[in-house]
Amino acid sequence: MTETRNEGNCQTETVENRNMPASWRKETKPHKFCPGCGHGIALKALGDVVDELGIIDRLIYGCDIGCSLLSWDFFNFDSIQTHHGRTIPVMVGAKRARPDLITVAYMGDGGGYAIGAQHLVNAATRGERITAILANNTVYAMTGGQMAPTTLPGQETGTTPYGREISQAGRPTLGPELVASIVPEGSFVARGTVAQYSGLKKLIKTALMTQMEGKGFSFVEVLSSCPTNWRTTARETWNFLEDEMTKYFRTGVLYQ
Amino acid sequence: MTEERSLYQVLEKGARMFMTGNEVVAWAALAANADFLYGYPITPQNEIMHYWAKLAPEFGRGFLQTEDEMSAGFAMLGGAMVGKKTFSATAGPGNILMQEPISMAEMMRLPGVWIIQQRGGPSTATVIYSQQELRLTCFGGNGEGARVVYSTSSHQELFDYTIKGFNTAWQYRFPTFILGDGYQAKMREPVTVYRPEARGVTMISPQPLLGKAGIPAVDRDPVHLRNTFNIEEELYEVLISHLHDYAVMAPKVMEWEEDIPPAAKVIVISHGIVSRAARSSVTALRETGENPGYFRPITVRPFPAKALREAVQKNPESILLVAESAYGQLLAMVKENLYGLTNPIHSLLKPGVAITGEEITAQIRYILNQRMGVLR
Repeated sequence: MTETRNEGNCQTETVENRNMPASWRKETKPHKFCPGCGHGIALKALGDVVDELGIIDRLIYGCDIGCSLLSWDFFNFDSIQTHHGRTIPVMVGAKRARPDLITVAYMGDGGGYAIGAQHLVNAATRGERITAILANNTVYAMTGGQMAPTTLPGQETGTTPYGREISQAGRPTLGPELVASIVPEGSFVARGTVAQYSGLKKLIKTALMTQMEGKGFSFVEVLSSCPTNWRTTARETWNFLEDEMTKYFRTGVLYQ
Repeated sequence: MTEERSLYQVLEKGARMFMTGNEVVAWAALAANADFLYGYPITPQNEIMHYWAKLAPEFGRGFLQTEDEMSAGFAMLGGAMVGKKTFSATAGPGNILMQEPISMAEMMRLPGVWIIQQRGGPSTATVIYSQQELRLTCFGGNGEGARVVYSTSSHQELFDYTIKGFNTAWQYRFPTFILGDGYQAKMREPVTVYRPEARGVTMISPQPLLGKAGIPAVDRDPVHLRNTFNIEEELYEVLISHLHDYAVMAPKVMEWEEDIPPAAKVIVISHGIVSRAARSSVTALRETGENPGYFRPITVRPFPAKALREAVQKNPESILLVAESAYGQLLAMVKENLYGLTNPIHSLLKPGVAITGEEITAQIRYILNQRMGVLR
């Protein structure tokens, strides 16, 4: 969407508000993420989809520890910030107790693939009727840029100062591929990227509709950016997100 | 009619039954209108899940076997937040894993009921029995979390306090525990089952924190719950408010048993199933002309400190005997709460092993003989 932005006066705010999903909470904007962070785009896609589906009164949003926790008051729907890795079981518990609600568990790659991996694997295996959205930015960002399960081979982080060594740290986790291999029929598993907004929105919409139709587990990994911990310029950030990450992490639908 | 349904009719009328403690807990949770059990197998609590899993579909209740105790505990909190009465049961290493979700419940004042059937520790140890999870169950989280712990000693108490525990948890919104043990879990004994309403007890209806009626930001404000704070003072304010609420609640929920004759030379202090041995020992000794006293905290947290202090202060010459199937966990609580008093404290500590009435009697006789020696 092209909007003429009249920088320098209050017109800017009007234009931005028009682009802001109605399910975003204006009182908590600008949001708490760093400049250049991908979380805002992923959460905009979620907000737009919630608006389109008209489910704001039925949605329970849970966020993990890590940068995802900064979204605890991000939306106009009811939200709960949980512990590191434990957002999936909290949302499973809520959904099992109140199947009329729609629950979304939002987490990072550490929360989903490391400390909370057993919850992701078992919720997927059981086909829990929840939606899990996982931002993959290849690092533990909140704690200052350590190696994540998704850190690319050779990538330098705080705990891999000489680059991720595959012989020591293994290969980066292919989360959606793992989940796609264990979910029951009816589930939906995909990988999108904040670099392709409309495509990401479609994936999140399908995920939520999978849950609403009671068909199975729905999981979307979102390739996301972290210039703060990547220590990259704007151009380098987009290059890493669009060129480097997608060589290893293929976007698209992995199970439907 | 199913076997479960006909059993429930028995329960509704109120009846004397003969069953295991784990079975008692499942029936008590049903009678208390519990909605959902999220659990993970660990001995000696497994049959709570077995009985509940059998009862749940018949009575429209929920059950989920999760991948571990952390998942069970966090799923409980999810269920509680959307307005359901949730519970779980665990023991030993499972109790350790359960402490993580319990600390979140403490920070966010989320209700829940946990049944702890203590087993031997540390580590995997035994699946049989101990009182070694007292400290963990009372103080397991990081930070100063507030919780209520009832230590039961019989099947009747398992039934009564499981029902009571649900009301404590949902009235005050502090995580609430029924601290049993492997013996209580596995042995059979008589118990009178009943509907709480038949005893004039009204069960509190749970209210949702999230997912209330109305469109958020239109009909009502959206609810945003968190357990993370940006600055020290924010945390301080929340914590002090919780601890204040706890202090106001404590005298209302505190329970203990005491039977201390005037000028008692010895007062036995114990909790849980060991208090039954203590009771039988005290009864037997009184028949021989001795006058030992008996004190038992039922709420091991909040600890009935004032009651114990007053009881001991009334008997300044008495010698205290702390008996427990652990290596000094109750003993430490007793010492802390009697700080400043000078009564000698003896102990009978058998970590992970049963204590019989005869052993307590022998210990009391030893103390009395020593005392005689001193006086002579």
